[in-house]
Amino acid sequence: MKKTGSQIIVECLKKEGVDTLFNYPGGAVLPLFDELSSAPFHQVLVRHEQAAVHAADGYARASGKVGVVVVTSGPGATNTVTGIATAYMDSIPIVILTGQIPTSLIGNDAFQEADIVGITRPCTKHNYLVKELKDLSRILKEAFYIARSGRPGPVLVDLPKDILVDSAEFKYPEKVSIRGYRPTLEGHPGQIQRAIHLILKSKRPLLYVGGGVISSNASKELFHLSEKLGIPVTMTLMGLGGFPGNHPLSLGMLGMHGTYRANMAVMESDLLIAVGARFDDRVTGKLESFAPQARVIHIDIDPTSISKNVRVDLPIVGDCKRILSKILSLLEKEETPSFRGGLHKWHRQIESWKAIYDMNYQQEQIIKPQYVIEKMDELTGGEAILTTEVGQNQMWAAQYYKYLKPRTFLTSGGLGTMGYGLPAAIGAQVAFPNRLVIGISGDGSFQMNSQELATAVQYRLPIKVAILNNGYLGMVRQWQEFFYGKRYASSSLEGISPDFVKLAEAYGAVGLRATKPEEVVPVLKKAFSIPEPVVIDFVIDPEENVYPMVPAGEPLNQMRLV
Amino acid sequence: MRHVITLLVENEFGVLARIAGLFSGRGFNIECLSVAETLDPAVSTMTIVTRGDDQIIEQVLKQLNKLISIIKVVDLIDKDFVEREMILVKVLATEKTREEILRIVDIFRGKVIDVGAKTYTIEITGDEKKIDALLSLLKPLGIKELVRTGRVAMSRGSKAMTELT
Ligand SMILES: Cc1ncc(C[n+]2csc(CCOP(=O)(O)OP(=O)(O)O)c2C)c(N)n1
Ligand SMILES: [Mg+2]
Repeated sequence: MKKTGSQIIVECLKKEGVDTLFNYPGGAVLPLFDELSSAPFHQVLVRHEQAAVHAADGYARASGKVGVVVVTSGPGATNTVTGIATAYMDSIPIVILTGQIPTSLIGNDAFQEADIVGITRPCTKHNYLVKELKDLSRILKEAFYIARSGRPGPVLVDLPKDILVDSAEFKYPEKVSIRGYRPTLEGHPGQIQRAIHLILKSKRPLLYVGGGVISSNASKELFHLSEKLGIPVTMTLMGLGGFPGNHPLSLGMLGMHGTYRANMAVMESDLLIAVGARFDDRVTGKLESFAPQARVIHIDIDPTSISKNVRVDLPIVGDCKRILSKILSLLEKEETPSFRGGLHKWHRQIESWKAIYDMNYQQEQIIKPQYVIEKMDELTGGEAILTTEVGQNQMWAAQYYKYLKPRTFLTSGGLGTMGYGLPAAIGAQVAFPNRLVIGISGDGSFQMNSQELATAVQYRLPIKVAILNNGYLGMVRQWQEFFYGKRYASSSLEGISPDFVKLAEAYGAVGLRATKPEEVVPVLKKAFSIPEPVVIDFVIDPEENVYPMVPAGEPLNQMRLV
Repeated sequence: MRHVITLLVENEFGVLARIAGLFSGRGFNIECLSVAETLDPAVSTMTIVTRGDDQIIEQVLKQLNKLISIIKVVDLIDKDFVEREMILVKVLATEKTREEILRIVDIFRGKVIDVGAKTYTIEITGDEKKIDALLSLLKPLGIKELVRTGRVAMSRGSKAMTELT
């Protein structure tokens, strides 16, 4: 039977198992929306296309499914760019469908024309302009396959209006075959064997794990490996939740704002086992002095990540989950209890670092942001899904909440996009309507996508937005305090933020405020009990800083502790 | 070090932009690049000459491989290979220099393919060394214009690019 392009798209989305779309309509894409009006998807109308992509991203990170976005041509498409770049940097599977002017007009500077395929080429895993209707279903099949396989990422499909309207025979391709794209999944057996030798020979091994553990669903394997051998685990910002934060072998986060013991462990380790991590500069500090004593094993699905920044002794390209489980099964044959026993000294050393310095802050008469996060952790038992904005709020959320499970900490790591957290919380709540979703926010970042409160209210999404309100673009102020002689250029919001309680109310959400430490717990309890979107304005110490801090470009053991 | 990389790519719109964007976005250098269809019209072949230390070239090759429209990447520098470039060069030809130009062209087995009132246009094909040598001889005589195709290259022996590892 013949179908229009729009009908074909709906059929393809169904075949891909899509249940939710994040939408914003416009002229060029109206034929598709007309078809969507009767399609069986949960459809969320956001208030800005950037937020559509962040919401789809939050949905994807929380659920592990591909997030889907539908927007119009021109400004609708260009508004998605920051969202796409955010997802690209963090390897999040999203398919973005953009309307486009009719093929006959492309290149004419027609109304609402933008070369979105050209614009997003460097920030998508792949993108397509559908020029002929006969290619449509194949392209959509490929788009979903590329987005979710290998190292995941965003894929954009640009859909000219005539393609949406014209009719053709519909046949869904059962298989994908892209000759230029064959991700390696199984690690090289010889390399895996060599890795086991290196591990069993090591005295001070350290697992350094990143977002790849989350995206390949390898947490269970990681847990077993760490427990079986007694190897401590440190996580990148993207890796948080990949290993339980309350486990004795968890050293917490490493890097610029990492824990003292994690960074010291990197400096002293004799074997670094990197799993799904990419040696980002926020993690390594000064490259030449990163893990100076360690041999490095690097497990990653993306060959370009290997030996990009740091020389690697033993690369293993493939899917983290498969490789870790292969290592585990081969370890069955080895004498592991004695190895574990041999790590006693290493464990004691790590304990002693913890005794020297652990995350801490001085509680005073004014609310400390760390206290807010700590109380959240206590009240939720580490079971909530947290999203963050960017800046100090993001770092405190990373440091003071003990994430127990993967896909519970959603943050823009690679791009560091302010404005991510609120829409991502919306996406996560759409994926899990019955879970507690908390958006940790800053007074600056919140205002980058605060319009999305309307979306939360419209769909009755009971997200809890906790603004750590310090009156500053706090992380910028902290850098200016440390490195620019306290010259606070353009970083004070000068008390000119809106009244966030009233703002919430204006949107039809609930607004709460805490100004004293003793109000924090009651306000949190109250917020968690309200089955509606809530914004909490935590008026915190304006000049609190994030510690420890390794200044950019310094070795990891050069930490500022106070 | 100089590397000659040959690629098989999907012959679809935007592929060249993807590759050019990759090089410019990551700060890799392109000395020259040539593209044309293969016997299979769905596939094009590209030859890229680039420079970089081992680590950079490793990244270049991996990043090229990562592009979905690229079917195969081979760094010919690890192989025995032949390379050629064709150039067209318009040289000033005066009473005094005509003879000399013709002699040089003859030695290099080039051709004069167009004659103007005061110029010869010469076609010549060869590897980098030959072309450089020719140009250094013609330069003092006055080169008005130079157009080069960029390098094309192929491994020696009976294996096709698709069979190389
Ligand atoms: C879109 C965007 N613009 C600018 C920045 C640079 N930046 C990083 S943190 C920060 C301050 C964030 O302020 P706020 O949201 O109040 O968080 P705080 O650090 O105060 O917790 C800025 C401006 C960014 N990360 N993203
Ligand atoms: Mg702030």
